[in-house]
Amino acid sequence: MSGFRLKAAETGGKALHFTFDGKSFVGREGDTLASALMANGVSIVGRSFKYHRPRGIFTAGSEEPSALVTLRSGGRHEPNVRATEIELYEGLEARSQNRWPSVRFDLMAVNQLAGKAFSAGFYYKTFMGPRRAGHKATQFWYFCEQFIRRAAGLGKGATSADPDTYSRMNAWCDVLVIGAGAAGIAAAGRAASAGARVIMCDERARGGGSLTGAPELLDGQPAAEWASDAMEELAELDNVTILTRTTVQSMFDGDTYLAVERVNDHRDEPKRHQPRQRAWTIRAASTVIATGAIERPIVFAGNDRPGVMLADAARRYAVEYGVAPGRAVAVFTNNDTGWLAARDMARAGVIVSAIVDVRADVQDDVRKAGEESRAEIFLGAAITGTRGWQELQGAHVRDFHEVSNTLGGKKRFIGCDCIAVSGGWSPAFHLTSQQGGKPQWDAELQAFLPGEASANWFGAGAMAGKFGLRNAFRTGEEAAVRALTQAGFGEGESSVPVIEGDAIDYAPAPVLEINSPGKSFVDLQHDVTADDVRLAHREGFVSVEHLKRYTTLGMATDQGKTSNVTGLAIMAQTRDMSIPEVGTTRFRPPYTPVALATLAGEQYGHLSTVRRTPMHDWHVANGAHMYANGPWLRPESYNAPGETVEQAYIREARKVRESVGLVDVSTLGKIDVQGPDAAEFLNRIYSNGFAKLPVGKARYGLMLREDGFLFDDGTTWRLDEHRFLMTTTTAGAGHVMEHLEYHRDVVWPDLKVALTSVSDEWAGVAVAGPKSRQVLAACVTKCDVSNEALPFMGVRTGEIVGIPVWIARLSFSGEMAYEVYCGANWGQALWDALMAAGEKHDIVPYGLEALSTLRIEKGHVAGPELNGRTTPGDLGLQGMVSSKKNFVGAVLNNRPAMQAEDRLQLVAIRSIDGQRIIGGSHLVKGTKDEPGLSEGHTTSTCFSPALNAYISLALLERGRARFGEKMYATNPVRDSHVAVEVINPHMVDPKGARMHG
Amino acid sequence: MKITCPYCGERDHREFTYRGDATAIRPSIDNTSLDDHQAFVYDRKNTAGTHRELWNHTSGCRTHVVVVRDTVSHEIFSCEPVGPFAKQLARNVAKLKGAGA
Repeated sequence: MSGFRLKAAETGGKALHFTFDGKSFVGREGDTLASALMANGVSIVGRSFKYHRPRGIFTAGSEEPSALVTLRSGGRHEPNVRATEIELYEGLEARSQNRWPSVRFDLMAVNQLAGKAFSAGFYYKTFMGPRRAGHKATQFWYFCEQFIRRAAGLGKGATSADPDTYSRMNAWCDVLVIGAGAAGIAAAGRAASAGARVIMCDERARGGGSLTGAPELLDGQPAAEWASDAMEELAELDNVTILTRTTVQSMFDGDTYLAVERVNDHRDEPKRHQPRQRAWTIRAASTVIATGAIERPIVFAGNDRPGVMLADAARRYAVEYGVAPGRAVAVFTNNDTGWLAARDMARAGVIVSAIVDVRADVQDDVRKAGEESRAEIFLGAAITGTRGWQELQGAHVRDFHEVSNTLGGKKRFIGCDCIAVSGGWSPAFHLTSQQGGKPQWDAELQAFLPGEASANWFGAGAMAGKFGLRNAFRTGEEAAVRALTQAGFGEGESSVPVIEGDAIDYAPAPVLEINSPGKSFVDLQHDVTADDVRLAHREGFVSVEHLKRYTTLGMATDQGKTSNVTGLAIMAQTRDMSIPEVGTTRFRPPYTPVALATLAGEQYGHLSTVRRTPMHDWHVANGAHMYANGPWLRPESYNAPGETVEQAYIREARKVRESVGLVDVSTLGKIDVQGPDAAEFLNRIYSNGFAKLPVGKARYGLMLREDGFLFDDGTTWRLDEHRFLMTTTTAGAGHVMEHLEYHRDVVWPDLKVALTSVSDEWAGVAVAGPKSRQVLAACVTKCDVSNEALPFMGVRTGEIVGIPVWIARLSFSGEMAYEVYCGANWGQALWDALMAAGEKHDIVPYGLEALSTLRIEKGHVAGPELNGRTTPGDLGLQGMVSSKKNFVGAVLNNRPAMQAEDRLQLVAIRSIDGQRIIGGSHLVKGTKDEPGLSEGHTTSTCFSPALNAYISLALLERGRARFGEKMYATNPVRDSHVAVEVINPHMVDPKGARMHG
Repeated sequence: MKITCPYCGERDHREFTYRGDATAIRPSIDNTSLDDHQAFVYDRKNTAGTHRELWNHTSGCRTHVVVVRDTVSHEIFSCEPVGPFAKQLARNVAKLKGAGA
């Protein structure tokens, strides 16, 4: 194929410069990357997935299987983009994929020579065999696998962060119109006239559908102009929203749709303050689906050569973009639309060398269209092969008998560098199929039609099998009337234009494959050939679902938009069944590939939700390194100039053990539990007793899931007879609230309990260290903080610089410590007062790392140990599981396997060779090279200033019986193998003298 | 999918959290039978068709509701509140609706 810009279209349109594989080209405004490449004579744009065969441009839309390129570079690098969809912009940068060293000369094309070996099921047959010693051949294939896997595939992902933003939008409408072709415009106009709120989406830049290249006159105007005017008129209406460059990707239950708007993909960089893409969730009262139809090819030998493309695509390149798809175009068709494509191309100035039709005869007006194109006409004939090296040079034609499906006569050669092929049209009912709509086969149209579905949608135009402009306008309005009724509106007014032009019969001859020697590709993107389909049949994979999985037919990024029906037709023929008997697979959302960033929208990067504590600014101003803990930002450590995080946390932790420190604990989940049955409720929720907790006391509690595993922990304080303040882990707050609400509402609605989340209402500061009492004594009023008046686990009220506070004597660090809570607005003032009171004791603020170090030294568990797979017994907390009462999880926690002796148990390990222990290391007996089986793993690691060694909490099989044992903490991924000793997790002050003192 | 919360009206299902099979009833607090607890936690009929399930309007009023739904077509037949305040709230809603009419 050597496309070029047509004479008639040479003037007009701004010139746009772009590069492809580093080479500079000029296109013009209105081009897609595909049309611009074609205008520059670039024919090979990529290499195929498996065989690395050269591939060109096959379609002119989102159904493109072949012309996949990588766009832009750096953080905006985007692989597997369809060149047929990308609007050209100044400076566009594109590269071909899956080739080395270049797209024209690809060494990996040697895969073709081994084509027999890479047939369907290649991976299953080769790599899934038994892996036994002495199985030399299998081992050899395992060795080869890494190379083959590297050779197969498409574009490579980006390696740096995407600098752009993405957003999400919610919308609601009375009538959603999907597709802005003739049927869509008719539907939107009708719906708008009835006063309904309308949203119309179209995946192309300007909508118009087939009207943009149609030869018909509408109300005496060229179709493209009429469409453009109609779109403008609709856009001016207050009750109509038009979203172009917007693909409706998915249809969900309850008439909810996901649409992706490519807001800035047609620019080099997004406009300032605009997202690159926007994901719309549209909820519609009713919907008109006018998504048109997708042309499909006839499969023949050599049909993947660059230059073979769909007939309507070839026509659109000529008519809409002013680009000839080749110097001499041969049309191969089984229906009338191929003939009209030939005529329209000829009218635009393209030389059509031949029209080959499998049918023995055609209608007179169709024949007349063929004559107008001045092509040589072959009736009752078929293309049986192509000639050329990398590009197409010509095709072989033989006689074809449609009824017996046999070839005959002499082979004739026709010169052409483009074959425009049409095998009929497949309605694009992907959305309704996603919702489980069972497609119905229409033998006349040789196509599946959408069938009935339960959702409130109404098909129109080609999507519903109503082909042709007249049908499109009529059914578009009919669907709109039904949609209006559904949404509770009147019928609106009709405004169908007068149409002058061809009346075409869209029904094709039932011929989708010409069976002749050579590779005939069904699925161009996954390199599935007609022989692969027959091979699947021979090997017993005859159902459509098996066929799909065995051959990967229709499983590529294009989801088989141009290949599914042909694949089914070949299977049907092989099985001697009809296509509907073979059946079809269900389409899955999305319609075209969607970037994960688009779905994430604002929940990513600087736009994501962030929660800051009342003391956040102070932390930042004082050198804190902030760390994201769920949505919360917490100080990791307060780094002095030149100090690393590790140096800082060791200094902070040491200071707490020696003197005193304070830490912001405002992020802990806090739930206010009130009511006459509050104590009973907590007693059922926690594994340890809470019924008899005295007022003014706190208790550490464990919550289990109903299946007996640990769920969350925290302290709960009895503030009054009927009032408790529960604290939860930072990350667990939301889940615990739901857990409590579930049990209150559903399980025990008879208990009188009210639950209120107060996490944000209270600011919290923990003051820890041997001098902590002195610090409090220096600033607290209206509360005696002496050991007698405020013993361990005591809770009192008081004031600090006039701020009312709750003071609870709790210790996470193992030191004497207090948690002081006040109203969130007073958080900073409280913090300042405590800092001032601690000044003479050299008080230090400490962060999450030091907090964690202190609790690891003490053997207190936290998130990494409460990992959803541990029981209280595993963590040495069996004593906190009451046997005197029933509670959530009590019964299932008692199951033998939950109490088994060989479970992983909490231990600590200490590095004995001075090396750092890495989190997630496995505990083994063997050497670095032969580590042997894992007997456990590390959970929370740190450097312990108290032990002067790297330590870690770990879960180890029968761990509690193994103190003193020497092992290795191995982490092959991080290249680490540390000699360790298993020790008691209560490393600092096991008797608790410091915190009770 | 849209769920009509008895208090908040028709809302997208994303405002709700699925809380499982509403026909599975937790054994009473005095019941210590392993079989009963095992059945409550693990045994599910996995009904294809009309099913009672529990949802929590977590991003709304936080009420637990029992939704009767067809698990095949996803059609929703009813949505009733549960919990200690259900009756009271239902009365309030009825009163409000009466006042509106």
